[in-house]
Amino acid sequence: MRQKAHELLSSGAVGAVLAWEKGELPYDTSPAVFRDAEALDKMVYNGFCGSNLSKYLIEQGKQDEKVLVFLKPCDTYSLNQLLSENRVAREKLHIIGIGCKGKLDVEKLRTQGIKGITGIEENETLKIQTLYGDHELPREDVLLEKCLSCKGKDHKVYDELIGEDLSADTEQGDKYAKVAELEGQTPAERFAFWRGELSKCIRCNACRNTCPSCTCLKCVFDNAHSGVAAKVNATEFEENMFHIIRAFHVAGRCSDCGECSRVCPQGIPIHLLNRKFIKDISGFYGEFQAGETAELNSPLLCYDLEDAEPNIISKREGDN
Amino acid sequence: MLKLSLSRMEELFSRINGERTLYAPIQIGEQTQFTPWVPDAAVQMNRLSTVKSPKDYFFPHIEDIAAFRVQGKEIEILDVRTEAAPFAVFGVRACDAESLNLLDRIFLDDPIDTFYESKRKSGLIITTACFEPEETCFCGVFGIDALSPGGDIATWIVDDTLYWNALTEKGEALTEAVKDLFEETDDMAVKAAQEKAQTVFDKLPFRDLNLDGLTGEVLMKKFNSPEWANLNPSCLSCGTCTFICPTCHCYDIQDFDTGKGIQRFKCWDSCMCSDFTLMAHGNPRTSQLERFRQRYMHKLIYFPDNNDGAYACVGCGRCVQKCPISMNIVKVIKALGVENDV
Repeated sequence: MRQKAHELLSSGAVGAVLAWEKGELPYDTSPAVFRDAEALDKMVYNGFCGSNLSKYLIEQGKQDEKVLVFLKPCDTYSLNQLLSENRVAREKLHIIGIGCKGKLDVEKLRTQGIKGITGIEENETLKIQTLYGDHELPREDVLLEKCLSCKGKDHKVYDELIGEDLSADTEQGDKYAKVAELEGQTPAERFAFWRGELSKCIRCNACRNTCPSCTCLKCVFDNAHSGVAAKVNATEFEENMFHIIRAFHVAGRCSDCGECSRVCPQGIPIHLLNRKFIKDISGFYGEFQAGETAELNSPLLCYDLEDAEPNIISKREGDN
Repeated sequence: MLKLSLSRMEELFSRINGERTLYAPIQIGEQTQFTPWVPDAAVQMNRLSTVKSPKDYFFPHIEDIAAFRVQGKEIEILDVRTEAAPFAVFGVRACDAESLNLLDRIFLDDPIDTFYESKRKSGLIITTACFEPEETCFCGVFGIDALSPGGDIATWIVDDTLYWNALTEKGEALTEAVKDLFEETDDMAVKAAQEKAQTVFDKLPFRDLNLDGLTGEVLMKKFNSPEWANLNPSCLSCGTCTFICPTCHCYDIQDFDTGKGIQRFKCWDSCMCSDFTLMAHGNPRTSQLERFRQRYMHKLIYFPDNNDGAYACVGCGRCVQKCPISMNIVKVIKALGVENDV
């Protein structure tokens, strides 16, 4: 990857490389824009590169240059969605699809009581060195939530592929299991579940800002005249409204990349709201995966003579 | 020094809670948060950092400062101020205790913030020494001794015993009220544990973080450093770092239209927000880079320049753990400090 980046940057074929930069600890990689071939020494790709680089292409796309971006299979769904909405120009991108074995969640190490992490050797078994002794854990126990229902090894948009054969057979867990469990609850139980989770929200907006479907130039919550606050819960239900509005707004556009839940400092399972919409849309209109292609084909945006009336759809619930 | 068996903590908490509201680091789901103590709460003695700091109890995320009742063309201004009720926070770490001393420099300086002052007077801080620091800890860089924490009462948990030492008059008063639970003891066990733990502190990855060269004298040089353009692009401009930070203290004043009047509140602001420092004339910071730079210039250059060299960071490591894309103050210090003189 580094060699390819060096080649394209040095030749002037691209003006920038969007990838990950190694940090100060074994797990703290950051997305980074490289403009200098010398700086590529700091580029890294490991189990802690879970962040989705697609959204950065909106900002990067404002530059008058071509950019090389490295995308994991699931990240390409987000990019397709952005391309379909003309938020990113395809001709400005050189996309290299890279292999992925599922990415890791350092919080999962912490919740298992592992602290003082000073080194991590990545194999099927993770060898973790800490200030308080060594640990070994199966890699699959430390996977990010989003990797537990992997979309597979295929890149949906790319110019070339590197190491795609390195992709492991990833988990294909039932992504609707938790949604179905919540659907089975009484409205009061469901309300209690979501109040419990959403009331933890500190309104940091990390979910919104990382979301590749949240691409409004000015979010309603950033509009001082909208009557809703962006950075605090002015009423005791405002954080609930924030998440509900956001889920509605990305409905039919969310590719289920899982970044919202990954970035939440409070561990709120925000992705479950989006998955409920995805499940319903697929149930009402037939299986649909946002970002499968770069065409604007969301059932919520397209009208078809075969489309059922809304009341028919609601009656149809449960028998599709 | 006093001591108490950990098996009697519930009794101690119950007694403190009788006198005042008690907050403690309590496990909720998979996270630890400062929340009101209730009998049989899962108080976490070992998890070092709570997601948010106890700053909330002194400088809440949101606080009403006035209200307006509108009737026809009449506007009545209502005083909503109240005296804070007595409370105590147990399990505060040395870094978070020091962060309140930094906030004092802002809110207790003229003009005094009476909302903060009232809570500071009513609040009592019971600290706990850290014998098992995380790899993300770097309080030592700011001269904080996690093994001898401050606050009103300092405690140490060694094996199955809590050691207790009042440090202020407020702390003495509470200690008197619960003294019958404790036994007198010397500090031998605490000293031994401190010495043992010091060897871990000596191995922390950020122990040698160098703050040299980050002073007001080089303000313009740091302000114009080309490094900001390298550091900023990764930032999502979310407010996670600012809202979990124990020293961030910027706030905004907003009006909430209740339909019958106005509820005027102050709430935490974040330099990551697009309306940060938005004023009637416009905004002096219009780009993400300027707002990102503000956060670190404030903590590392402006604040020490105005406050006898004290940095507005206590090395708690929350931003190192929680930033969604792992950009944090350690990376900024390394990029801008004396070792990389830009």
